Amino acid sequence: MEVLKIATAGSVDDGKSTLIGRLLYDTKSLTTDKLEAIEKTSKKNGYDYLDFSLATDGLVAEREQGITIDVAHIYFSTTTKSYIIADTPGHVEYTRNMVTGASTSQAAIILIDARKGVIEQTNRHFFINNLLRIKEVIVAINKMDLVNFSEQRYNEIKADFTELMSKRDYEDQKITFIPVSALKGDNVVNRSEHTPWYNGETLLQHLEALDLAAVSNVGTPRFPVQYVIRPKTDEHHDFRGFAGKVYGGELSIGDEVVALPSQTKSKIKEIYFYDKKYKTAARRSSVTITLEDEINLSRGDMLVKAGDLPTIDKQFTATISWMDSEKLITGKKYVVQHGVNKVLAKVDTIHHRINPDYSGIEENVTGLGMNDIAQVTFKLNKPIFYDEFKNHRTNGSFILIDTQSNSTVGAGFVQ
Amino acid sequence: MNCSTSHINALENEAIYIFREVAAQFEKPVLLFSGGKDSITLVRLAQKAFWPAKIPFPLMHIDTGHNFPETIEFRDRLVEELGLELIVRNVQDSIDQGKVKEESGKYSSRNSLQTTTLLDAIEEFKFDACIGGARRDEEKARAKERIFSVRDDFGQWDERNQRPELFDMLNGQIELGQNVRVFPISNWTELDVWLYIEKEQIEIPSIYFAHKRKVFLRDGLIWSHSEYVFQEEDEEVLERMVRFRTVGDMSCTAAVFSEAADIESVVQEIRNSTISERGARIDDKRSEAAMEKRKQQGYF
Repeated sequence: MEVLKIATAGSVDDGKSTLIGRLLYDTKSLTTDKLEAIEKTSKKNGYDYLDFSLATDGLVAEREQGITIDVAHIYFSTTTKSYIIADTPGHVEYTRNMVTGASTSQAAIILIDARKGVIEQTNRHFFINNLLRIKEVIVAINKMDLVNFSEQRYNEIKADFTELMSKRDYEDQKITFIPVSALKGDNVVNRSEHTPWYNGETLLQHLEALDLAAVSNVGTPRFPVQYVIRPKTDEHHDFRGFAGKVYGGELSIGDEVVALPSQTKSKIKEIYFYDKKYKTAARRSSVTITLEDEINLSRGDMLVKAGDLPTIDKQFTATISWMDSEKLITGKKYVVQHGVNKVLAKVDTIHHRINPDYSGIEENVTGLGMNDIAQVTFKLNKPIFYDEFKNHRTNGSFILIDTQSNSTVGAGFVQ
Repeated sequence: MNCSTSHINALENEAIYIFREVAAQFEKPVLLFSGGKDSITLVRLAQKAFWPAKIPFPLMHIDTGHNFPETIEFRDRLVEELGLELIVRNVQDSIDQGKVKEESGKYSSRNSLQTTTLLDAIEEFKFDACIGGARRDEEKARAKERIFSVRDDFGQWDERNQRPELFDMLNGQIELGQNVRVFPISNWTELDVWLYIEKEQIEIPSIYFAHKRKVFLRDGLIWSHSEYVFQEEDEEVLERMVRFRTVGDMSCTAAVFSEAADIESVVQEIRNSTISERGARIDDKRSEAAMEKRKQQGYF
């Protein structure tokens, strides 16, 4: 079994929560008590159908207003995969939630209301999936029941979306179109009788067939030191292990490594996962590494393979997504958290704001507001070790923390 | 070897990463331990995260005084075997101090009273991070929870103004007086926890397995017959084979009829179950927003 994380994007009333509810219902993932609660509330609200959005809208305000405010995580599994769906709100003002949901996902579902077709919001949803380099995008053309399951309408929307695809700068991304009715259950889990003209997979069939290795972003191995383990017990008196997660690739015993920032060389002596030794540490495994030589390494430092160094620099330029109501302004200082490493950063230049709907850029920008996306250069108080986001999803991303409120105020992707 | 082939391994790697972030980012973390399967799983994950060093923080139990005796015996044995520090704070003391009032009547429970005792203990020990075993699949308000969830001095959860969490970067920066609730097994489902217990052969309290118990039926739920649980005269005591899927205190946890006496049968039973885990939580039945309301007040 594998875990597949999926982000959803759609405008208000496109039926995102309903689609997720339908997936849960048709895979029999909704338990009797949850289903009864949905039946009860649907009836109370006067619906003659089951309102599956009630399965995911967890906050009182969401149920009252019938909208999703915050990212919810929904879980279900089949015999082949475990699924985690990030249900992200679709309002314009909630771009930050979409970026957040997409940041941990390998696949995305973009919903389009078949009556409305590709709208400005669709551009934004697609833009964010591009920005975050989501490899697998499924365009679910929803509410097909309201357009009489028209093949012509489906093809029109597909053509409009395909035009949008020409604007992206990410060729590896795979796009799949599926005509669905989340409310009625057509082509979500079960094949619809109403779309004889559609020969493709249902949404679930498509997800089940996805090859996880193919949708994962693999780069070169990077090992940020998270924590130094020094037990100082009689049994392990001299043990000095570097605990962390391996990103991008694998590391093995005997690998020649370089410690950053000191650039000291050493070799991997042992790899532990709990009390067992292993020859190789797989990508994304949380291991503890010991080295042949006693070198100075602490939290925030990094081990990389010799001859495969990232960029080491005290400044960088990145595309950032601003997530706070307080403006980002030139000259202001923020904490950059790059993996587990924290440095102080100063906004050097805001080059331009990027319209998140492919309509171009705006120059001469002095500050960034909530939901703005822009190209910004930062100067740092000490060097960090980064890769470009397009080559390394983990080592090319960072978050920005406000030094006063301590809040996470933005996310960035290094160029 | 390959540490990340199966989905349980992926979840385990994520949880270990979270534990290490807690140890690195906070000065005074504590693991909230209830004696239930989720907190027992947390202890195992913490062991793995820091081996060969000891778990670098204490365990704390907020004791309602209405526990299943099996849970308490288990707790004390685990702590002793692993050489861990255990802090116990009692809801009874909060009642005696007049800070909270015992609920009365048919549905009385000390479950929600735990919040006051917990917040007092956080203040007493100046804990800046409280690690808990809550999972997002348990309940829909919990589905909105972050892995690092910031609480103010009153322990309140501001659900509409949560910090975004991106990639696997965890921002634990807080002001003095604030604390963070940490949920390392956020992304695990009930079945995942059971599969992990099976795979790791983790010992858990006997009440999770089928046993004969004196119970009574109310509102379609199976209640334990006990001095801590209010029972009407016409509510007949029956002796049945039951087990518990979730363990809170006796007044808020209902049993399920079961013959599953070992871990394999429990896993099979969970796979086939059509009722959710919290379907047997009396505390959630109070209203549709029961959990959200408790969380806003500082409940776990």
